[in-house]
Amino acid sequence: MYGNDFGQPGTTDPGAGAPPHPLNAAETPDYTDALAEYFDGLIEEDQRVEPRDAMPEAYRTTLIRQMAQHAHSEIIGMQPEANWITRAPSLRRKAILMAKVQDEAGHGLYLYSAAETLGVDRSELLDKLHSGRQKYSSIFNYPTLTWADAGAIGWLVDGAAIMNQVPLCRCSYGPYARAMVRVCKEESFHQRQGFEILWVLARGTEEQKAMAQDAANRWWWPALQMFGPPDTGEHASSGHTAQSMAWGIKRFSNDDLRQKFVDMTVPQAQKLGITLPDPDLAWNEERGHWDFGPIDWDEFWRVLKGDGPCNEQRIRTRVQAHEEGAWVREAAEAYAAKQAARHQPEAVA
Amino acid sequence: MSSGSWPLWEVFVRARRGLSHVHAGSLHAPDREMALRNARDVYTRRQEGVSIWVVASEDITASSPDERDSFFDPAADKVYRHPTFYDVPEDVEYL
Ligand SMILES: [Fe+2]
Ligand SMILES: [Fe+2]
Repeated sequence: MYGNDFGQPGTTDPGAGAPPHPLNAAETPDYTDALAEYFDGLIEEDQRVEPRDAMPEAYRTTLIRQMAQHAHSEIIGMQPEANWITRAPSLRRKAILMAKVQDEAGHGLYLYSAAETLGVDRSELLDKLHSGRQKYSSIFNYPTLTWADAGAIGWLVDGAAIMNQVPLCRCSYGPYARAMVRVCKEESFHQRQGFEILWVLARGTEEQKAMAQDAANRWWWPALQMFGPPDTGEHASSGHTAQSMAWGIKRFSNDDLRQKFVDMTVPQAQKLGITLPDPDLAWNEERGHWDFGPIDWDEFWRVLKGDGPCNEQRIRTRVQAHEEGAWVREAAEAYAAKQAARHQPEAVA
Repeated sequence: MSSGSWPLWEVFVRARRGLSHVHAGSLHAPDREMALRNARDVYTRRQEGVSIWVVASEDITASSPDERDSFFDPAADKVYRHPTFYDVPEDVEYL
């Protein structure tokens, strides 16, 4: 969802299958072969696919869905942190948090624009978000209960997002890859400001230390879930990992990225003096990686499907913002129409 | 009336004096003025530019990927347009 794409267990994706009969000339076998040769050639040479290139319909629908859900995650992700803007503990923190939340709005815009290069309209995608037909990352359905959560989100959630997004800078679809380059440049400040919030709390009073620890306890597992279900084994979803990797959309498996994230984050937690809520967390000399305990995938699917602590609130707030902003959009349009009429060539008037 | 009908604009940003404008992305806006202001907020929040152009996407005429071969073919057999095509003695300077 946050830069990856996965199906739900036991469901097949209607977008991924080809229709049983060709609907127009562009779907006849001859055309399909020529297209396949051209498209496969690009993918094989690790070239970028650009908006007006011929591409398989399934590649297009997969990308639209993934970019849309990524965009939705960015803008829904503004809410948990925005919750603390008015109560940030200092003017410095408030300015930082506003800049961060504004960046996330920007990330949403980059991604909606990238999706639009494939012929969808942003309003169509927003409709799907508002009506629950498209999802966003399950991580944003958890509440931000204390100021330390602003820190934990930057450190863990943005940290995990970076891990997912860096490989997408080499994604086979040009506009998505370029949007990711911009996003990744901006994300590193997000992660660092989060770490800094916790770094300060972790060296503060006993209450502040406890607050930092509590936030890490609550965000650790949902952050690990951000990488999506395992690629293999009993919890694997009907997933798109293999196809997305073949198409060069995805460069690493969910499990590989999750492991990288754990390996990166454990030493950071140690530095903070914070423990991570996993009794199975242990350095595995043989593998050269940190081992970690089982992830609760039932919780993941439950929250993703709507039954998390904040799902309803997130969508309600989003729809409300959209509806209450209608007059601004209408006023801007009316003004644009008035200006256009005023600047008509004289001869017309 | 809805934002669905706002036209799409392509945004070009000049990063520094001396460089040309480079395509940065696109956005929706009701008119060119708003497009310019939105472009500033979306694409130059970290001083990425000293100048911005916005162009209505529908005003751009583009070559088609379908005719990429025939369209660019005329340049393919004119190697004499490159300096390396020419045989000259090696000991001539400034050539
Ligand atoms: Fe972001
Ligand atoms: Fe971020």
